[in-house]
Amino acid sequence: MSTAAENQSARLREVDEPQSQVVRFEAGNALKLDAGVDLAPLTIAYQTYGALNAAKSNAILICHALTGDQHVANIHPLTGKPGWWETMVGPGKPIDTDRFFVICSNVVGGCMGTTGPASTNPATGRPYGLDLPVVTIRDMVRAQAMLIDHLGIDRLFCVAGGSMGGMQVLQWAASYPERVFCALPIATGARHSSQNIAFHEVGRQAIMADPDWRGGRYFDEGVRPFKGLSVARMAAHITYLSDGALQQKFGRKLQNRDAPTFSFDADFQIESYLRHQGSSFVERFDANAYLYMTRAMDYFDLAGDYGGKLRSAFVGAECRFCVVSFTSDWLFPTSDSRAIVHALNAGAASVSFVEIETDKGHDAFLLDIPELFATTRGFINAAARACAIA
Amino acid sequence: MADTAAGETAGSAPAGAVRVDHLLIAGMVEKNTRVLDVGCGDGALLRLLADTLNVDARGIELSQRGVNDCVAKGLSVIQGDADSDLLDYPDDAFDYVILSQTIQATRHPSKVLANMLRIGRHAIVSFPNFGHWSIRAQLVFRGRMPVTKNLSRPWHDTPNIHFCTIRDFVELTGELDAKISRAVAIDTLGAQVRVNAPWWVWNLLGEQAVFLLKRNR
Repeated sequence: MSTAAENQSARLREVDEPQSQVVRFEAGNALKLDAGVDLAPLTIAYQTYGALNAAKSNAILICHALTGDQHVANIHPLTGKPGWWETMVGPGKPIDTDRFFVICSNVVGGCMGTTGPASTNPATGRPYGLDLPVVTIRDMVRAQAMLIDHLGIDRLFCVAGGSMGGMQVLQWAASYPERVFCALPIATGARHSSQNIAFHEVGRQAIMADPDWRGGRYFDEGVRPFKGLSVARMAAHITYLSDGALQQKFGRKLQNRDAPTFSFDADFQIESYLRHQGSSFVERFDANAYLYMTRAMDYFDLAGDYGGKLRSAFVGAECRFCVVSFTSDWLFPTSDSRAIVHALNAGAASVSFVEIETDKGHDAFLLDIPELFATTRGFINAAARACAIA
Repeated sequence: MADTAAGETAGSAPAGAVRVDHLLIAGMVEKNTRVLDVGCGDGALLRLLADTLNVDARGIELSQRGVNDCVAKGLSVIQGDADSDLLDYPDDAFDYVILSQTIQATRHPSKVLANMLRIGRHAIVSFPNFGHWSIRAQLVFRGRMPVTKNLSRPWHDTPNIHFCTIRDFVELTGELDAKISRAVAIDTLGAQVRVNAPWWVWNLLGEQAVFLLKRNR
C-alpha cells in the first residue's frame, strides 16, 4: 500500500475505533439535536490529562476549534505531531495538569472518534455521510454535558477554547450557568459574521464541486474529494493569518527558483505553503465533517436564541469571564469580543477583557504568545483561589 | 486617556509605596462592597481595596499593558474608557464607582460623572486641583501654562484636556444634583487641608482633592 493509502486507512480506523477514551450513549440516552431529531447511538471520544480531585472541583473542559480535535496535549495519533495546545496545557503550563483535571472531547459531527458523518451508521452499516442531521454548537455542548455527567462532575472549574471552541465556551455559560465557575473564550464571537459565513460557503462549494465528493457518498464509491477539501483548507487558512504576517513571512519570495517560470506552477513561496497546508490537511480530516463543522459555526448566533439580546443569554451567569482577542485577527475581530464584554457588563457579570497586540492573526490563540499565557495564568490562578483549589 | 493620565498625576509615591490619594479613597470605601475603578492603571488601587477591604473589585483601563498586568494579577479588568464604556452598565451595578486622577482626561467629564452616579450608589472622584496656588502663580507671574511635579507634561503633549479647580468641581456636583458626602484636599506635602477651612482655602492650598458623592435622589 502507498503511504497515502495507509494514512487514509489509519484515518478511517480513527473514526470508528479512536485511540482515545470512549463513552457510548444508547437510544434511551439519545442526544437531542437542535435539528429536532434524536441521535443514538452516540459515541464521544475524549482525552484527559491530570487527575480529578476528591471533590471533583478541579475539572477544566477544553473545547476545540473547527479542525482541531481531542488531542490537546499528546502526540497526535495520525500526524505524529505534538498536541494542538501543548503551549497552554501541560505540567506547569498556564492550564496546569499538575493541578487540574483537563478534559477535551471530539465534537459531535467531527471525525476523530465522536459520532460524525464518517462514522458507521448502525442502521445501514455504512458511513452516515449527509444522512447525519446537521449539528449546532449547542448540540456539541449538550454532548459535552453528557460526557461531564458520565464523569460524575457537577460543575466544571473552567471551560476554555478559541474560535469555534470559544463559541462552545459561550454556549456553556448560557446553557449551563450553574455548571461553570469560570469561562475563557478566546478569539471568538457570539455570532458568526456574514463575512465568515461567506468564507465557509466558499470552502463547502469547493468540496461539493469536487467530482469525487459524489453527493457525500464518496466512501461507498472508494474515492475521496481531496482536491475540494484541500482548496477549502487553503482558502480558510488565509483567514487564520494576517496580511502583515504573510508579508513578513513570505513577501513575494519565490519558491526554490530565481525567476518566475511563466507557468501556473507554485512560483511563490506563499503558493507552495498553502498547497502544503491543503494537502497535509486532507490526510487527517474528513470532507463531510468539514461541511458539518463549518455549518455549525454559521448557525451560531447566541443572541438569536435569546430574543436578539445577547445580554439575556448571560442573565444569572455567576461565572467569571475572561475574554481575549488579538489585534490582527480579522476573522473574529476585537469588535466581536467587545460585543460579548458589553453584554456581560450589562448583566454586571465578572468579566476581564484583554486585547493582545500581535501580527499573527486569528491563529495567535494556538501560538506561543507570552501575553496570552500570562493572562490565562493570572485568570485561572485567581479563580482557583476563589474556588479554593489547591 | 486614563492610562497616560494616571502616570502623570498624583503618582509621586515611589514604586511599591501606597499613594496618598489611594489611602484616602480606601478610607471612603466600606468593606465587602462592589467597586468599579475607572481608569485603574496597573490595578494598584484595586489590589489595595481587594486585599484590605475584601471588595469585589472590577476595573476599566484604556492601555493594553495596564489591562494585561491587572488580569495577570487576577483582577477583573476590561479594556475600555470612561467616556464610552460606562454606558453599558446597568443602574446601581456597584456600591462605589471610582475615578482616580482621570476626570481631567475624559472627553465629557459631566457625562462621565453622571454615569458614575447612575451605575454606582456612590461615586469617588480624585483629581489634581488646577486652582492650587503654584499653578495660579505660574500663569499669573510667568504667563506660561503650568507644569508641576505631578503635571509634568507640556500643554501640547498632555492627555489632560479638562482641568478643573475644586470650586469648579463643587459647582459640577451641584449641576448633577449630587450630594457631597465627604471631601478631602491634600497639600503638596500630602497633608490634609484643615477640614473646617472655607472652600477658597481648599482651592488655594489643595494640590489634589478627593470627593465622595451620592445621588440626591
